[in-house]
Amino acid sequence: MSDKIRVAAAGIVIGLSAVLLVSFGNPQNMGFCIACFIRDSVGAMKFHSAPIVQYFRPEIVGIVLGSFAISVVFGDFRPRAGSSPVLRFIIGFAVMTGALVFLGCPLRMVLRLAGGDLNAVTALLGFVAGIGVGCIFLSNGFSLGRAKEESHAEGSAFPAVMIFLFILFLAVPSLFAFSESGPGSMHAPVWIALAAGLAVGIASERTRLCMAGGVRDIFLIRDYTLLIGFAAIFVSTLIGNLVTGRFSLGLADQPVSHSMHLWNFLGMFVVGLGSVMLGGCPLRQLILAGEGNGDSVMAVLGMAAGAAVAHNFSLASSAGTGPGINGKIAVVIAIVMLLAIAAIKTARREG
Amino acid sequence: MIEVDCRGLSCPEPVVRTKKALKDNAEIDVIVDNRASLENVKRYASAMKKAVNAVQEGSAWRISIR
Repeated sequence: MSDKIRVAAAGIVIGLSAVLLVSFGNPQNMGFCIACFIRDSVGAMKFHSAPIVQYFRPEIVGIVLGSFAISVVFGDFRPRAGSSPVLRFIIGFAVMTGALVFLGCPLRMVLRLAGGDLNAVTALLGFVAGIGVGCIFLSNGFSLGRAKEESHAEGSAFPAVMIFLFILFLAVPSLFAFSESGPGSMHAPVWIALAAGLAVGIASERTRLCMAGGVRDIFLIRDYTLLIGFAAIFVSTLIGNLVTGRFSLGLADQPVSHSMHLWNFLGMFVVGLGSVMLGGCPLRQLILAGEGNGDSVMAVLGMAAGAAVAHNFSLASSAGTGPGINGKIAVVIAIVMLLAIAAIKTARREG
Repeated sequence: MIEVDCRGLSCPEPVVRTKKALKDNAEIDVIVDNRASLENVKRYASAMKKAVNAVQEGSAWRISIR
């Protein structure tokens, strides 16, 4: 099977899983959202206390464990770490800030487009612009440095923590916070969510599907393989939304979104630039974390910390009204910080 | 023979370095240590109409691009 067909198949698995999850209770246009689900999960663990976005999302557990299991089976489980872990934490933090100002990761951006949410169009332009800027740095030698091989214990630690938290969530739910209203209160049954996560984790690991990679590879090497995954998610979700009557074209009253276009653009600019610097979008970071990549674990932890801070300090946008002043300042700081890191790590490239 | 050592680097850096090396050299060897980079470098070199051959060497792969 050619790469392109495999990536398209993975995209269809993701798109149909997303439609399924919304049918079973996830918020509209949020079958999957890596940023939102990490945010909900850290809220469930009370790292922030925004009452409408607290739920321990089994999809995240499933994605990491699906990637972990399938990478062990096919010999792709290769624990490694040491490529600027602290910078990756900071970049992950910035990516989460941008995503929560837009209200979605790149995957949810595609799902929103497929639901007819035109606010995601400016976000897509920002995302592509951020990737373009990132590619300029990459072409000029940007690198976060080499990773080194690590032990299997090190590589398995993050998947093990996921299993531990999931068991804790099932066995002692009273330890966790559960939203009673808002997006956090809307979720598919636990086992369906876990199964969908596993399917997406397996499909994405086998194909290296990545939202940022699709656009990046066009800029860098004129390769369209990963973009086919992006397109397959869009088309399969669009068809699913049309069939289930969930397609609604327009700007106003779109689910969990806002129409402050400049901030949708800039928020996803941060996500695009940061994702290129990390070597992949938030979904890809989860997949790499499952493969034993400690640097991606640091990026995921940075995203988790970013999500907590975004809600504790009102950086995240509100659905309907968009970002407040704190969110706008945070996005500007994130852009400056990412450009500074990119410039420094381009100038001082190791051999 | 130019050897581009991409061990420890994750995508897309190996592809970027391959692209750079191919600008100045017709024949290179690229060494990668993860399957994503292996497939990306092979795909890129094939798209450049190069002959590509990959051999596993321990935990890494040597990709000959001619």
